[in-house]
Amino acid sequence: MSLADLLRFALGAIGGHRVRTGLTLLGMAIGVAAVVLLAALGEGARRYVMQQFESLGSNMLAVVPGKTETTGIAAFSSATTRDLTLADVEAIRRRIPEAALVAPISMGSETVSYQERRRQVGIVGSTHEFLAVRRLRLAQGEFLPPGDLRRGASVAVLGAAVATELFGAEDPVGRVVRIGDVRARVIGVLASEGTQIGMNLDEVVLVPVARAMRLFNRSSLFRVIIDVRAYADLGAAKRRVIELLAERHGEEDVTVITQDAVVAAFTKILRTLTLAIAAIAGVSLAVAGIGIMNVMLVSVTERTPEVGLLRALGAGRGQIARAFLAEAALLSLAGACLGLALGLVGVAALVTAFPALPARPPAWAIASSLGLALAVGVGFGIAPARRAARLDPVAALGRG
Amino acid sequence: MIRLERVSRVFRVGETEVRALDDVSEHIAEGEHVALMGPSGSGKSTLLNVLGCLDRPSAGSYALSGREVAALDDAELTLVRRRMVGFVFQSFHLVPRLSAVDNVELPLLFAGVERAERRARAAAELAAVGMQPRMDHRPDQLSGGERQRVAIARAMVTRPRLLLADEPTGNLDSASGRQVLDLLDRLHDEGLTLVVVTHDPGVARRAGRVLSMRDGRIARRLRPDEVGPGLGGAGGGA
Repeated sequence: MSLADLLRFALGAIGGHRVRTGLTLLGMAIGVAAVVLLAALGEGARRYVMQQFESLGSNMLAVVPGKTETTGIAAFSSATTRDLTLADVEAIRRRIPEAALVAPISMGSETVSYQERRRQVGIVGSTHEFLAVRRLRLAQGEFLPPGDLRRGASVAVLGAAVATELFGAEDPVGRVVRIGDVRARVIGVLASEGTQIGMNLDEVVLVPVARAMRLFNRSSLFRVIIDVRAYADLGAAKRRVIELLAERHGEEDVTVITQDAVVAAFTKILRTLTLAIAAIAGVSLAVAGIGIMNVMLVSVTERTPEVGLLRALGAGRGQIARAFLAEAALLSLAGACLGLALGLVGVAALVTAFPALPARPPAWAIASSLGLALAVGVGFGIAPARRAARLDPVAALGRG
Repeated sequence: MIRLERVSRVFRVGETEVRALDDVSEHIAEGEHVALMGPSGSGKSTLLNVLGCLDRPSAGSYALSGREVAALDDAELTLVRRRMVGFVFQSFHLVPRLSAVDNVELPLLFAGVERAERRARAAAELAAVGMQPRMDHRPDQLSGGERQRVAIARAMVTRPRLLLADEPTGNLDSASGRQVLDLLDRLHDEGLTLVVVTHDPGVARRAGRVLSMRDGRIARRLRPDEVGPGLGGAGGGA
């Protein structure tokens, strides 16, 4: 008996009881639809959070001089830490293709004055790339000019609060301020950002990095921030930066920090949550399986004379078992397909209603709900199929 | 064809034993037409089931076409049924959801015959019983006589050498019954070995010989012209 014959025979048997079959299908369909829909919802929430993080620059790496020991064992080596230099920045730009934007940062504090007004503010020395890496916007003017790292032009970009405090209603662009005892022409003002993770950029003055290092007489950068082109490359980029700097410094003496750790934690939580709600929905699949078992047991009881007849006509026990098992499998599969369609329609409706939520059923949810439905159908179909196969042909026929 | 030696079939019902067949010995030659008569519970149907390899004797020996089948396991008995035996029942036992031709195809389906060949052989078998024009009808669209003819076509589609019929005319009016019996006679004339269980003396008289059963034993062996008019058949007390 070929598989096609088996399936055709089973299909014919299913067609007999439309209402009963339909209700069983519905049970399975609701189970699968629930898994697909809830998993899509969870996945949507995860992607939403990811998007929020990405807008903050989750693709960012920060290189900090000095190795942070996380082992808990005191380090006897690396007694001295080499400087993180502009040459290192150039090497990163040249040799690490994953690094889309590389911005060095030198930090300090200095008095900034314009006419009679003076304020002690944070000075951030960086480059043109800083704007893009930190996702900042300008309120007016221009940002630090692109070009040679080591050329520290006498220009400054003011944070929003600093600009207001020094200039009031006056337009700062084109004016000259004093930073410590050197002069710098204001070329731009940052839009107000509020406090971003780490520092309040409203309260700083930005100058070219080389100029800041000279100002504070520093040989080492405070840190280097790197925008990695693709989120997926973050790990590789991190490794390569560490390798490159270890090669240049003779030992591993920098620490690379990612915001990824935070994102990873969130992702993990949301994944687990998604999995949990999908699993809860999966319970309804098991219930649907019991429905299939019930319908199959009824079917075996009802068709006992038919089983007796088929045995008399030369059907073996295995063939009888396979016929009923195929019926259970077809029932669950049909229910699962119906449920998948329902679930996808539901997700589409959800996305239409809440466009901000990037809900999409993950492939694992579709695959596992279909697989589970089939497994449950076949699993719960085994007992009825065995019962049918074990019927005594004479007794079964006699019930006709 | 059939050689029964001291065959018994014992059913256990609770504490008591029921001897449905009690020490039955009988030979039926190839091409014979034998009627089994006797009152209800005399063991006719049990004997038929044993002959058809649906049931196994509790004791004794049963050789079918020279092969001992009393000790075969379920899978082997299935193969014997598939190859050697056709069944016809009082209540037809057609599968209601299947058309006439699909019903006739069933034995071939389980025998693993390909679909196109199945269809051709089933259609030819239906033609042989005059049912080809109605082959796409479902059983509930057929009369009783037509249903039994379809059932006979189904029994014959595997070309068995032994046809077992349990009250084949029991549910039919006399005209349809006569048609069915004529059909069985024709098959017998073509060389088929036929064993028919019946209450009806008219049916029994068509056989070559008649076995009258009582209490699980063959009580009397009769010629057809010895069969009386009583419902239980000759030797049957009912």
